[in-house]
Amino acid sequence: MGRYLLRRTFVLALSLVAAGLVLFVLLRLLPGDPAAALLSVGADDAQIAAARAEVGSDQPLLIQLGIFLSDLARFNLGTSFVSNAPVLPEIGARLTVTLPLTFAAFLLAILIAVPLGIIAAVKSHRWYGALISAVSQFGIAVPVFWIGIMLVWIVAVKWRLLPASGFPIKGWATFGEAFRALILPVVTVALVMSASLLRYVRAAVLDVLGADYLRNARALGASYPQALIRHGIRNASVPVISILGIELASTLLGAVVVERVFALPGLGSMLLLGIQQRDYPSVQGVLLISTLLVLLIGFAADVVQRLIDPRLRDKGGEA
Amino acid sequence: MASSSTFSRALGVAFAALIAGAAPVLAADDPAAIIRIGSLYEPQNLDNTAGAGQGINEAFNDNVYEALYRLNDDGSVAPALAAEHSVSADGLTHTFKLQPNVKFHSGAALTSADVKYSIERVVAEASKSSRKKSLAGIEAIETPDDLTVVIKLKAKSISLPYNLSYVWIVSDKAGDITGKEDGTGPYKLADWKRGSALSLEAFDAYWGAKPANGGATFSYFTDASALNNALLTNAVDVITSVQSPDALALFEDPTAFTIAEGKSTTKEIMAYNDRVAPFNDVKVRKALARAVDKKKLLEAIWGDRGTVLGSFVPPTDPWYEDLTSVDAYDPASAKELLKEAGFEKGFAFTLETPNYDPHPIVAEFLKAELAKVGVTVNIHVITANEWYTKVYQAKDFQATLQEHVNHRDIVFYGNPDFYWGYDNPKVTELINAAETSDTDEEQAAKLREANKLIAEDAASNWLYLYPQLVVSSTKVAHYPVNGLNAQFFLRGITKSE
Repeated sequence: MGRYLLRRTFVLALSLVAAGLVLFVLLRLLPGDPAAALLSVGADDAQIAAARAEVGSDQPLLIQLGIFLSDLARFNLGTSFVSNAPVLPEIGARLTVTLPLTFAAFLLAILIAVPLGIIAAVKSHRWYGALISAVSQFGIAVPVFWIGIMLVWIVAVKWRLLPASGFPIKGWATFGEAFRALILPVVTVALVMSASLLRYVRAAVLDVLGADYLRNARALGASYPQALIRHGIRNASVPVISILGIELASTLLGAVVVERVFALPGLGSMLLLGIQQRDYPSVQGVLLISTLLVLLIGFAADVVQRLIDPRLRDKGGEA
Repeated sequence: MASSSTFSRALGVAFAALIAGAAPVLAADDPAAIIRIGSLYEPQNLDNTAGAGQGINEAFNDNVYEALYRLNDDGSVAPALAAEHSVSADGLTHTFKLQPNVKFHSGAALTSADVKYSIERVVAEASKSSRKKSLAGIEAIETPDDLTVVIKLKAKSISLPYNLSYVWIVSDKAGDITGKEDGTGPYKLADWKRGSALSLEAFDAYWGAKPANGGATFSYFTDASALNNALLTNAVDVITSVQSPDALALFEDPTAFTIAEGKSTTKEIMAYNDRVAPFNDVKVRKALARAVDKKKLLEAIWGDRGTVLGSFVPPTDPWYEDLTSVDAYDPASAKELLKEAGFEKGFAFTLETPNYDPHPIVAEFLKAELAKVGVTVNIHVITANEWYTKVYQAKDFQATLQEHVNHRDIVFYGNPDFYWGYDNPKVTELINAAETSDTDEEQAAKLREANKLIAEDAASNWLYLYPQLVVSSTKVAHYPVNGLNAQFFLRGITKSE
């Protein structure tokens, strides 16, 4: 396990540098000058030149790359062109919105999808099993912003139960307000996430239902629920966990849409604004940190799978 | 007779008592109330000379920072930190006396050194202020005593007080103000959370009259429907600008919401590159102006709100004149003009269109209208950033759509190097001469004349003036409705229980 961890850490660092390079190049392929976001109509040539010098867009690409890489090596994500503030603390502040949103939605989605997925598989021949399947199919087809807008319209605007948008200026210091602000976004993300998760859980459980070991367990005297819980669920959970990792990662990256609908100051809205303004340090910073988080999630999913299934652990040494 | 008058008096007293008793229930303005404002314009930093965008003007102008002069919501210019102003006989030396007993939020007293420091910040080399050029005529600033500022000019400038209304007076000890503030205004910054909100609280040691409320919170939205929902769900009291007429239907209940339509200075225009063919031909430009039914366009975009334009000057500028009849809608004469210009069979051109509302819709409308006179429009959609580098900086375009937000910006037509390349020496001369006028009337007369020439040249195709829509809960009142220079004066806003 020790060698495995070491190798994973190395791969992780390498992936981050590779992601950084790709980002660097892609951002600079976009048309438009980052200095433009700092200026308005009426600016003269001298002001334009000064702004370009300030953000470094007048430097050759290789010099810009050198500065970027040397900053990166020192864990310095740079200073925003537009706000003049260092990028890293800003990302930290935004994560206090995005991480609770993502993880709460993730947990809620599991709470919805796992029991319903099992029921949908075990009772696939009954009408309610089929209904759960059909509803989840619908859930996959519906875009996240539509669910968000509907929830806002019904729960916030019509019933006045929860705030429609925004996040308190004092953040989690006003816990109750912050909590209330996140309920609708969390439910929105969880509903969408649980729909696809449910399909995977159902498929995985259907797979094990036909497996030999389940029949053997029953032959040895276990009741159907006992056999299912002791052997079936455990085996079904291995493929589901890798799906969970992918879902968690895509929710983190997909927060852009839901943050926009609910006007939340999270990582997604920072990314969107950064792209609009060609604020390279902000965009690079957000994407690098998200890449790191996604890699860590994949890593965690791997470790959990190994803990559940000893066969994977044994293979770990060579693979 | 006597008894009836006694009776009516008694009735009057009873009525008055009833009203007095009921009044606090109906509307008691709360001087400690916090006004909650929803806005689409988030400041990127807190310094208006560091490329902060219009959001910082909305939150800070005259609220946190004051200037020597204030641009009122009706377009007039009034003294703020300047108590007295005198001009030398040759018009080159302006002497300002400052209001006494003014304190910065940090506690320091306002002196003439702060004023000198503040003006020099705006004209400094690193300044990104769009007003830098308008103050370039300042030769020297002297501070003979703590409350006197003497500004020496290279040439006469009648707009000096107006231009000074853009200069925040900042404490000379404040240093970098991109993340903090030190102004003299009635409010100080309480909290700022980037990406979310900014809050202001009343400043107890303010030199002027106490504001009618205890402070304000600006909440920022990127999505217009999220902004509207905030007002619908009582999360904010007022939204500073409504960007789509469709949203107004949400607020049509007059017992809950007030819709105020003010005068904006935002002009939607199709600017040609006047340097290149065929737009270097005045006949072509006039033909295109006449081929577009602007009234229909405005109705399509804004319903019955907004104003059709005949020139670049909005009604809140002192030199406004209705010039819509110069090239009124007349497709037949448009065709005639095109024929005279040698384009009997029409021509094709590329229209660079910013990708955000309302430009793409306007582009489609123009395409349909111009097709009727044989002109083909190829729409090319670009981002705001590309617009700035391709159109504004590189001047690499044939025609483009853009909104110009500033007031008193007719001066752009006096600069032949400006992106649209309009070059009429007579206009340049008039605009320059207007600046050295001795009286406001003289200045207005010259600019009116210049404006007429620009309109007759059809220098650009001025389409319409946006309506300025502010929607609020009926609980708040006395907010500014015109929002000139994106300002949102807070001090007078009242909020009832």
